[in-house]
Amino acid sequence: MDKPTVMPDAWAHLAAATPARIALGRAGDSLPTAEVLRFALAHAQARDAVHTPFDAAGLVEQLAALDLAPVAVHSAAPDRATYLNRPDLGRLLDPAGRQALTALPLTSPDLAIIIADGLSATAVHRQALPLLTAFLPWVRQEGWRLAPVVVASQARVALGDAVGQALGARAVAVLIGERPGLSAPDSLGVYLTLNPAPGRLDAERNCLSNIRDGGLSHDLAAFKLAWLLRQALRRQVTGVALKDDSDRLLVDGRAPMLLAD
Amino acid sequence: MVGRAPYRIALGARTWTFTDLKDLMAKATPPRSGDRLAGIAAQSAEENVAAKMCLADLPLKTFLTEALVPYEEDEVTRLILDRHDAAAFAPVSHLTVGGFRDYLLSDQATTGALAVLAPGLTPEMAAAVSKIMRNQDLILAARKCSVVTRFRNTIGLPGTLAVRLQPNHPADDPAGVAASILDGLLYGCGDAVIGLNPVSDSLSVLADLARLIDGVIQRFAIPTQACILTHVTTSIELMNRGVPLDLVFQSVAGTQAANQGFGVNLALLREGMEAAQALKRGTVGDNALYFETGQGSALSAGAHHGVDQQTLEARAYAVAREFRPLLVNTVVGFIGPEYLYDGKQIIRAGLEDHFCGKLLGLPLGCDVCYTNHAEADQDDMDTLLTLLATAGVSYVMGVPGADDVMLNYQSTSFHDALYVRRLLGLKRAPEFEAWLAAMGITGADGRPLPQPPSQPLLRG
Repeated sequence: MDKPTVMPDAWAHLAAATPARIALGRAGDSLPTAEVLRFALAHAQARDAVHTPFDAAGLVEQLAALDLAPVAVHSAAPDRATYLNRPDLGRLLDPAGRQALTALPLTSPDLAIIIADGLSATAVHRQALPLLTAFLPWVRQEGWRLAPVVVASQARVALGDAVGQALGARAVAVLIGERPGLSAPDSLGVYLTLNPAPGRLDAERNCLSNIRDGGLSHDLAAFKLAWLLRQALRRQVTGVALKDDSDRLLVDGRAPMLLAD
Repeated sequence: MVGRAPYRIALGARTWTFTDLKDLMAKATPPRSGDRLAGIAAQSAEENVAAKMCLADLPLKTFLTEALVPYEEDEVTRLILDRHDAAAFAPVSHLTVGGFRDYLLSDQATTGALAVLAPGLTPEMAAAVSKIMRNQDLILAARKCSVVTRFRNTIGLPGTLAVRLQPNHPADDPAGVAASILDGLLYGCGDAVIGLNPVSDSLSVLADLARLIDGVIQRFAIPTQACILTHVTTSIELMNRGVPLDLVFQSVAGTQAANQGFGVNLALLREGMEAAQALKRGTVGDNALYFETGQGSALSAGAHHGVDQQTLEARAYAVAREFRPLLVNTVVGFIGPEYLYDGKQIIRAGLEDHFCGKLLGLPLGCDVCYTNHAEADQDDMDTLLTLLATAGVSYVMGVPGADDVMLNYQSTSFHDALYVRRLLGLKRAPEFEAWLAAMGITGADGRPLPQPPSQPLLRG
């Protein structure tokens, strides 16, 4: 039995072009043992990432150091198990959260930023601050007024509608941990919604996804968010009616210095 | 609207009451988390079976006079009832839901008879009968249905299974997308469509990706079609700019309000279909749309009208049917555990969706899949893939190593397709099968061959 049972693929060199699982080879027509186990390990890690606790207090400290006046709130889902089974509760503020936001002075900000754990606290721990740091220069350049940054636990995207409305913001950007994948347990998404209020449809939001190392970079994501916000405020629309045409402004694939139209 | 509501059934000393038809349908549905989330599921196992028994006695034609979602409020209901073909319905119009199940499993329900019947059935009828069918019934009845569609090849012939090659990349990198396309083609996948989910909404990025895939298809004369899975309005804009698109994609749902949540309506879908057909890019047919659906999307959009998620899924097929799509895909496990909790619920839903779609005359494929927050794993996917392949599913997904590195979920792989072909002797779309053989990618038995460096696909 010295004949090899696993047949490698002749295009293994292409694997460097993508994180996708290509050129895996075959045992007969099936996956080789090593890949079956490698996959099982990645699945186990992703399962664990869903249940990694969110360090909201740590994030609040870091945001305070950036003078962003952070406020921590919690959704109406008290724990992870409830959060997973009751998306409706993840879209509502709990009473303490509502109180905390209504106690803030009304400033009619242009943008409310919400940092939400979503399905991957790991993503928020790794991507939220770098993205925010890359975005703040655009805020200064455009003269946008920010609401206090809200850190939300056990939160879904639509929680931003309630928060944005409570803060009287013209638009809301929800930075949220995306569902963890096998190769990317730490991917962040951003959802931008004009005139936030409970009942907004998904078709009324613009989404930037896959913000992580190896995905959309923090700099590019920050630029795209700024481009979308500027267009949203000017044209008074977000969602399917606002197409992301920001790539026309890129210079050698990098963000430009200005948000010219 | 004259009905018999409330619906009642006496079992022993107890009488079970269901307030209206949608309550009866919801309570009769096999257990799933989404209906519990909506607060409409049966409260006990016995209530669930009582509802099934009550539903089984209901005349099938009740669904023609009692709309679950009001006709006046919902264009999907209007589409269903206005398009109903009474002549096609006549052979089963005297049956109850239970009698219809018996008919579907009987020798009277031949492939030909079911094809003639399809326009006479409403999605609610298909959903109702599915609720009292066991998994083996769903498999056997679906297998009798034949639905054949064409664009550059022929999907759905008996004994075939097609595969969508899904070459997603987390940054839409052209070289990365191309690498996954080559991997899939060399594993004999891609006859259903080479269909990319882009990360970007940017028109220029989407245009480049469309040209990339079209370039591969043209250069190697591959008898298949391309699709960029973006919003229908984006596809229309791309076509206006002269970008080569084969299939126009859209997610659709079973109520007008849920479709609004997707930013679409029937008129917009018609516009998309007409724009795609006007390009005349199909060589053997003009089925130019690709729809995706999935149980729970209406509830997720707050647009479910108190109707159970499986019935609403079947109603999405009525939307799809209107536009003669090449492919319809139920993305069964993608939405998450709040709608389908575990492997058992995902498997059941996949079989229901496939059965309902085929019965209504649609080319139903299934994204056999799960997310990492659901209670499911590869073993569950092996089970569903094997069951759907025996049921004659039109196509499944082919994702490198089953791991979608952009959408962050697990689907079926190129290897999975080879497994199920070998197990059940399933062929590809004939035009694509011939192309693979001519390219030296597969041998006479349809299995992949070791590839020499001279393989044209590998020579840059």
